[in-house]
Amino acid sequence: MAERLLTTARAIAEAIAQEMERDERVFVMGEDIGAYGGIFGATQGLLEKFGPERVMDTPISEMGFIGAAVGAATEGMRPIAELMFVDFFGVAMDQIFNHMAKIHYMSGGNVKVPMVLMTAIGGGYSDAAQHSQCLYGLFAHTPGIKVVIPSTPYDAKGLMIQAIRDDDPVMYFFHKGIMGLGWMYPNPRATGPVPEEPYTIPFGQADIKREGTDLTILTVSLMVHRSLDAAEQLAEEGISAEVIDLRTLVPLDKETIIESVKKTHRVLVVDEDYKSFGMSGELIAIIAEEALDYLDAPPKRLAVPDVPIPYSRPLEEFVLPSVERIVQTARDLVAE
Amino acid sequence: MALSRETLLQLYEMMVKIRTFEERVAEIYYEGKQPVFNIAAGPVPGEMHLYSGQEAVAAGVCAHLRPDDPVTSTHRPHGHLIAKGVDLKRMMAEIFGKETGLCHGKGGHMHLFDPELHFGCGGIVGGGIPHAVGAALAIKKRGEDRVAVSFFGEGAANIGAFHESLNLAAIWKLPAVFVVEDNLYAISVPKTASTAVRSNAERGAAYGMPAVQVDGQDVVAVYEAAGEAIERARRGEGPSLIEAVCYRFRGHFEGDPEHYLPEGEKEKWKQRDPIVLLGNQLKEQGWLTDEEAQAIQERMTALVAEAEAFARQSAYPAPEAALTDVFVQAS
Ligand SMILES: Cc1ncc(C[n+]2csc(CCOP(=O)(O)OP(=O)(O)O)c2C)c(N)n1
Ligand SMILES: [Mg+2]
Repeated sequence: MAERLLTTARAIAEAIAQEMERDERVFVMGEDIGAYGGIFGATQGLLEKFGPERVMDTPISEMGFIGAAVGAATEGMRPIAELMFVDFFGVAMDQIFNHMAKIHYMSGGNVKVPMVLMTAIGGGYSDAAQHSQCLYGLFAHTPGIKVVIPSTPYDAKGLMIQAIRDDDPVMYFFHKGIMGLGWMYPNPRATGPVPEEPYTIPFGQADIKREGTDLTILTVSLMVHRSLDAAEQLAEEGISAEVIDLRTLVPLDKETIIESVKKTHRVLVVDEDYKSFGMSGELIAIIAEEALDYLDAPPKRLAVPDVPIPYSRPLEEFVLPSVERIVQTARDLVAE
Repeated sequence: MALSRETLLQLYEMMVKIRTFEERVAEIYYEGKQPVFNIAAGPVPGEMHLYSGQEAVAAGVCAHLRPDDPVTSTHRPHGHLIAKGVDLKRMMAEIFGKETGLCHGKGGHMHLFDPELHFGCGGIVGGGIPHAVGAALAIKKRGEDRVAVSFFGEGAANIGAFHESLNLAAIWKLPAVFVVEDNLYAISVPKTASTAVRSNAERGAAYGMPAVQVDGQDVVAVYEAAGEAIERARRGEGPSLIEAVCYRFRGHFEGDPEHYLPEGEKEKWKQRDPIVLLGNQLKEQGWLTDEEAQAIQERMTALVAEAEAFARQSAYPAPEAALTDVFVQAS
């Protein structure tokens, strides 16, 4: 039988639907997730299947409904809340940062918060400073939140089912550029094979999306795609890049990272989040702690250079990692 | 109180100006996005939220404002900024992402700032409401007679910032006016599904301020309610809330499939186009001929064309300019 192809958005919606069928404690809340199907399609078809009792359109009250998800979770439900763009976290940060993330710990492990907070990330289409951020580094920095960042339809489904079944709060970040939306800039990898039956992908298992020997590229989300395109070009020049999709930052698969570095001796982190005090620095610190002697060159990183995401196209292109810049940086790294 | 011909014609002209600007922006927006829509393509990329249908609210309120009266707006800011008196050229250039734009290309259509007009807006729903409270606080501390106005949607009235802001403005008796534009929807979610009370005027009253609901398609009704509220604020008698019931004619953003709309609803509302309503009234009174209406339209079309030419001819900012303005430049 031919492989079934789905967009990432469809894969996520299917994962949620299958868990809602399996477990009646699962329900979804968020803005425009019902009739609209989610602005990025992650809840398409759910209202028709499960009705408004389990697929709840909310008012623009993120602090209220994300806090309500926390409360419902502590009462034994398994809510999924959608924060339309991660950039809007600010209006709900107390609930996320001080409640969702900490209740289990503060209760001495006695209270569980089994919820999923899913949200859209990323730029590249001139949506400017308040609608283009990634910010997963901010949440990975916060103890008590699992951080999941799929890059493909296959991973998106397996990681979503895992997230819903997980007993801890999980933040699930989908990049707008990987969803397969008809109105977004095109991305052929946003559609891919997805098995129909439910399956899980355990957290803390990075995926080597392309094997290589000359350098290791560590990345997540849309930048996996950019890095794969770059690796293709690098191969033509005789440079063999290994592309590792971390898939989850918390928990982090240190073993796969360290093993790859021991093999290639060179590392480049590609990150669409802000540069300082974030994912790129953390990964390089871990490598310095655990594999410094294996490095043949100082690690390099490509990330947003600590500025808000600007609107105008040439400005935005200047700050986001691009295929060209990944290729150039990899070349420089291998030449060192 | 009957309004003078001069005032009515000014209101009419302002509504035509806003509509004309936006109709042209909509056409430009689809350049490079056809036959296949790609939000990142064309001379004006990104999201585009147009104000078409709600012009009476911006025009009716801002007619009472001076350039130094602070205004905060939303993701749908064009009408408010035009009614405040912006230079259309610099506004259009910002929408094109050009160096000559209001924000040198860093802001774009949702993030327009004009400090000379004390105007700001942004893409986080409800984000501007507390800023108007702060502006009003600054005015009160200095003993000035300026007024701060915040425009926002009925959807924004469900976010915490709205409730905290109203309470602060009321307890501090600030010169602020909150204008809720109830266009019935927050993206796809109808007000009836998001708001338990019938009108946000009830919420204004609950926070202890005079609050009214008006017909937002009727610019005269908006003008009169706004005049009272703004004068009250200037006299130091505290904040007010106005809820203007209106309708957006173009969808939440360009490309909105609008599957959520009940059949025939938009057509019904379009029959009460605020520009047509006032135009007809003026004509019945003998205060506007078809030729005069035509002349106004032509003048506005020329203004917008001039702004467009300026925007197209302007250069993009240098890419490295992305790195400046994070902090104030040490001089
Ligand atoms: C805090 C926050 N939540 C959600 C959004 C996404 N969003 C943008 S506009 C909008 C609807 C706003 O509705 P309303 O306030 O009624 O204004 P309208 O669009 O009708 O003018 C939503 C949900 C946002 N920008 N910010
Ligand atoms: Mg609205």
